[in-house]
Amino acid sequence: MIEIKDIYKSFSGNDVLKGISGKFEEGVTNLIIGGSGSGKTTLLKCMVGLHQPDSGSVLYDGRDFTPMTYEQRIEVRKEIGMLFQGSALFDSMTVEENIMFPLNMFTDQSRKEKLERVDFCLERVNLAGKNKLFPAELSGGMKKRVGIARAISMNPKYLFCDEPNSGLDPKTSIVIDELIKELTEEYKTTTIVVTHDMNSVMGIGDYILFLHEGKKFWEGSNKEIAHTDIQELNDFVFASRFMKAAKDKF
Amino acid sequence: MNFTNFGRYILLLKSVFRRPEKMKIYLKEIAKQMDYVGVGSLGLIAIISTFIGAVMTLQIAFQLVSDFIPKTIIGSVNRDSSILELSPTISAIVLAGKIGSAISSEIGSMRVTEQIDALEIMGINAPGYLILPKIISGITMVPMLVIISMFLSITGGYIGGSVSGAVTPAEYIQGITTDFNPYTITVALVKAFVFGFIITSVPAYEGFYVRGGALEVSQASTRAVVISCISILACDYIVTQLLL
Repeated sequence: MIEIKDIYKSFSGNDVLKGISGKFEEGVTNLIIGGSGSGKTTLLKCMVGLHQPDSGSVLYDGRDFTPMTYEQRIEVRKEIGMLFQGSALFDSMTVEENIMFPLNMFTDQSRKEKLERVDFCLERVNLAGKNKLFPAELSGGMKKRVGIARAISMNPKYLFCDEPNSGLDPKTSIVIDELIKELTEEYKTTTIVVTHDMNSVMGIGDYILFLHEGKKFWEGSNKEIAHTDIQELNDFVFASRFMKAAKDKF
Repeated sequence: MNFTNFGRYILLLKSVFRRPEKMKIYLKEIAKQMDYVGVGSLGLIAIISTFIGAVMTLQIAFQLVSDFIPKTIIGSVNRDSSILELSPTISAIVLAGKIGSAISSEIGSMRVTEQIDALEIMGINAPGYLILPKIISGITMVPMLVIISMFLSITGGYIGGSVSGAVTPAEYIQGITTDFNPYTITVALVKAFVFGFIITSVPAYEGFYVRGGALEVSQASTRAVVISCISILACDYIVTQLLL
């Protein structure tokens, strides 16, 4: 479980996060949603330590991450897997080398064991046999899946996904969403997905935290989100004509 | 570089020299970088050094208009100029353009495509993994390239003098073997070591802190080359002042 308590963050006097708190349980898909500039990516970066919050704390199963030393953070980070918005695959490495990279760095497994793990991860994301391709040879959806395979290669306890559907067609987006949900339930990871994709919200949002102008405006599940009276949330969720029509119909 | 940048540069270097996570992977990366910096630059350095040596011989001969000065001095002047200044400094400036811009672009691109963030999230010391192998390859391979450059520059002088008739081969050989002071080699190698450090660390710093996109990466690359060249010339003066 990951718990955030009263997170504040500002950049050059501009307050981006204004006291965000929340609890993200393991084995369920936790979503952080909000419009552009609402602070969701900043919150994610504060949680994984890419940004240092001005105040507040991030607790990984009770371990306060924010005051940790560099060496202590390394130990927590070995338990984290992250899928980046642009996949962030290493260009100079093949798919196989990308997935094997954390294993090379942090395990003493034999090459055979590592290759088996790579094959398993690739199979898990439906990319078996693509070991020798370079990132430049992959489509957007394939890159995301390799990103997921790399993120799960070390059996992470915590899985972070930053806008996993950005730039993907609706069909591929659903494949990625379902994959994230499956992995979360199968490995009981604490999964946090930052998104503004409404299909993801409705499809996999077990727990949703809605941010607006750097503040937490609402939290709940995908079943509850359609029935709230909060204007800001309704403006966000039902911004499209399709969603509006769907709401009116049901 | 203002003081803020200099402070950040020092802090980055502190991170670079943290204990590596796995030495075997770092050694592999160092070997790769040594190949790129050393072997990859050999052809360029060879061509430049040979021509500079040849041109030096012609220019020294042109300026020696007095019959009272023996022609052997052409070899001596060419040798000392090549060893003390031309080989280390010109090679370093050329390498700053070739290697420096490549390092800055590579690391800068990794930054804007979140690859550096990915390393950090995995628990890998990104400055150490990305920059340390480059610095080690710089401080080892640049002195080696400078030694080769010295040899080729003096050889180029020999060829240039012989072909043009500015100096006979015998006079040139006599010139380069007369009053040779081996300490000049030491000075040149100290310079090469310092320049190797600058050529790799300054562009790495510029690339590591890039923010934005392709435009900012290219701007950082240009800035890296300019700052490296100025730093090389400033350090050239300081090292010369201190050692000679």
